[in-house]
Amino acid sequence: MDRRDLAWYVDKTAQWVIFAGGISAIVFIVGIFIFITKEGLDFVLGPLNLGEFFTSIAWRPTSNNPTYGALALIVGTASVTGFAMLLSVPLSLGAALFIAEFATGKTREVLKVLVEMLAAIPSVVWGFVGMSIMHPLIMRIFDVPLGLGVLNAGLILGLMAAPIMTTIAEDALKAVPDAYREAAEALGATRWEVIFKVVIPASRNGLLAAVLLGVGRGFGETMAVLMASGHAINIPTSPFDSVRALTATIASELGDTVRGGDHWGSLFTLGILLFVVTFVINLTADIVVRGIRKK
Amino acid sequence: MVDGVGQEQPRSANFGPLYEGPPIIEVRDLGISYGGKPALRDASFDIYRHEIFGIIGPANSGKTSFLRALNRMDDFTTGMEVRGSIHINGKDVNDWRNLYALRSRIGVVFPLPVGLPLSVYDNVAFSPRLRGIRGKAELDEVVERCLTRAALWDEVKDRLDSLGSLLSGGQQQRLTIARALSQEPELLLLDEFSIAVDPVTTMRIEDVLKDLRSELTIVLVTNLVQQARRLADRTAFFLTGEVVEIGATEDLFKRKVQDERTTGYLEGRFG
Amino acid sequence: MEAPMFSATPLNRRSYRSQSVAKAVFCLMTVALVIPVLLILGTLVVKGAPAISWEFLFTAPTNNLTAGGIFPALVGTIWLVVVALLASVPVGVAAALYLSEYAPDNLLTRAINLAIVNLAGVPSIVHALFGFGAFVLFFRFNASILAASLTLAVMTLPVVIVATRESLQAVPHAFREACWNMGATRWQTIRKVVLPNSISGILTGVILEVSRTSGETAPIMFTGATAYLAFLPESVFDQTMAMSYHLFYIATQATDVPEELTYGVALVLIAIVLMMNAVSIAFRIYLRGLKKW
Repeated sequence: MDRRDLAWYVDKTAQWVIFAGGISAIVFIVGIFIFITKEGLDFVLGPLNLGEFFTSIAWRPTSNNPTYGALALIVGTASVTGFAMLLSVPLSLGAALFIAEFATGKTREVLKVLVEMLAAIPSVVWGFVGMSIMHPLIMRIFDVPLGLGVLNAGLILGLMAAPIMTTIAEDALKAVPDAYREAAEALGATRWEVIFKVVIPASRNGLLAAVLLGVGRGFGETMAVLMASGHAINIPTSPFDSVRALTATIASELGDTVRGGDHWGSLFTLGILLFVVTFVINLTADIVVRGIRKK
Repeated sequence: MVDGVGQEQPRSANFGPLYEGPPIIEVRDLGISYGGKPALRDASFDIYRHEIFGIIGPANSGKTSFLRALNRMDDFTTGMEVRGSIHINGKDVNDWRNLYALRSRIGVVFPLPVGLPLSVYDNVAFSPRLRGIRGKAELDEVVERCLTRAALWDEVKDRLDSLGSLLSGGQQQRLTIARALSQEPELLLLDEFSIAVDPVTTMRIEDVLKDLRSELTIVLVTNLVQQARRLADRTAFFLTGEVVEIGATEDLFKRKVQDERTTGYLEGRFG
Repeated sequence: MEAPMFSATPLNRRSYRSQSVAKAVFCLMTVALVIPVLLILGTLVVKGAPAISWEFLFTAPTNNLTAGGIFPALVGTIWLVVVALLASVPVGVAAALYLSEYAPDNLLTRAINLAIVNLAGVPSIVHALFGFGAFVLFFRFNASILAASLTLAVMTLPVVIVATRESLQAVPHAFREACWNMGATRWQTIRKVVLPNSISGILTGVILEVSRTSGETAPIMFTGATAYLAFLPESVFDQTMAMSYHLFYIATQATDVPEELTYGVALVLIAIVLMMNAVSIAFRIYLRGLKKW
């Protein structure tokens, strides 16, 4: 075997190793689905009552006569995420517009770095901020007995979801060719009109994807919501009410369950729900983004 | 003018063997397309050992595609399809399981100069090292010889450790030629090598190519008709994927052609 | 903005005014996003700084976590990060190499890209469930550094893949062709030209991953992190304390922890994360200025 053949064999081997690495992401995502389904399956096929799961607010897995109504948890997640988006979508898109359309040179660089740093703050630190800074602040400002709830978690989550939305929205805006802007300006459009009648319509798919990924981020956030939402099973009627999120429920209860028991299975079932919903969100965002690339 | 060849030979696509021995390259019914769009059709011709085979023609006539098919770049180019056959030394290029061994015998110089982001020395020593040459003295010798032949040695001998990718365009082009020579190829493919090189250097490289003819076979794609006239023993004229004419260079330039379009191109009526 | 070349028409003036208004509005929105964060960081620094000392960093907690330092948690976080990197960097680089150097434009490649996006998008608590089911139970690593780190590795794999792929694709295709033309195999091309010229970009991604990994809490809660450990971990099969979980625990579970101590832990954690992030960003900006071709 001469050197050339040796190189050929090395190359073939490397190709297979790299291919194995290449499909690792698929292996892991399928693995995640298989493992959480495996642990949750007994519960899904056994004690799970879908009607109760989606309509009852009684999540009492540890009582003598356990009930598994996840409605309050779903509403809790939805209310916190919804509140967060109310705050975060306009601010993020506005910030993206500012960075992409107005800021130049150093300002732009600094803002981009700040947004990136914002994304780096760990969720447990956000949760701590919610508990120890926002909590007393909300009590003082609104004169309410408890500062942990939809408002607190929503504010925190809004700030957490903002960077990803800003970054992706800015990419989408930057992808609009300058020729469009120049053409509109040449026709006498003001900057305001250029942005609202040309730039935003041209990048709407990307902006939509940005919002979707922001929703996904908020929906799946665990530690911050666990610490800032008050973690009480409750259908909220005001922004100051405590709620409990799907993610937080798993985080707080898994440690106390018996492996293979119904409670255990119910938590993995919540995991399956979370997995499926985020998968659909990401898939939709991917299809939406692919839509613009095709054009 | 090239001495001693092609003076009063018959002219046709089936030009008889000018040189001793069987052809080094046999092209049969070669068709190349990119994603269904044809780039070259029904090409059949031979290239002989120790000749400089010129290929002229306007842009998009399939010249570069032919070179890419010769060293099987189609394997690494998505959408590129090759039909028909190319035999090199009597062996079909598709029969080489280890196509890297095939490529290592073919030196290629493409129009856009590519100095690898390695030192000048490592650029030229790249191929010898692949062959397993490790000795410093031996490598030094190869590097100096190849750089000298590519008319670059005098300019870079004092900075052999600077990055090859940061040389000027003309220098990078000569570095590319030096790299091709360092492969000690049997076959040297040159694709419009003089685009980025000044005229004086071009003439120096052309002299080197004439010398090299005794060692190897050269396929020279050029958009400079006069360059083909100066260097090539035989010349093929490609036009929009069709091999219009192949003949002794002398004949073509004496207008002993079969196809009117060849004359048209040579006289600059199009292209 | 350029000075008006001719005298302004009413239209110009209207346009100019509308532009200033738009700019001001969007600027305000950006500020609204950035200000709270700066305030929060400021508060953390002001309240946490008094707790920080050499002793705080290099001693173990005492009195049911209500006093003492954070040394075991710091060491634990380093363990977790290092083992996670050892697992995820080779796999992530291989995945990026496949996508950048080999992958044809087909369904499998689309599926891989979708899987990467999803891996990054799946909630961290679902990663925790997976890590628990797979590494702790199925592979019988029990709750250990190994199980926790592997969970973190799977979760942060997209960070390495995306950063590496970007820096691989920044190497011009012509370099690859030049190598192939000389008879270099794909692997020789990757090893001698592609990787050496993208290694610094890959490093940027790795540093970013360190930043992400050291702050994650949910994935390690059930897979290897523990509230208190009297000794430092000695192997990957030990459980460990970790900065992020320590903060969670003393903020929510432990009682009578002085406020200053909790702020101190939060400050150290965020300092680690942001410093790593800043290094990664600075490195990236430095690399952008470096011209190699």
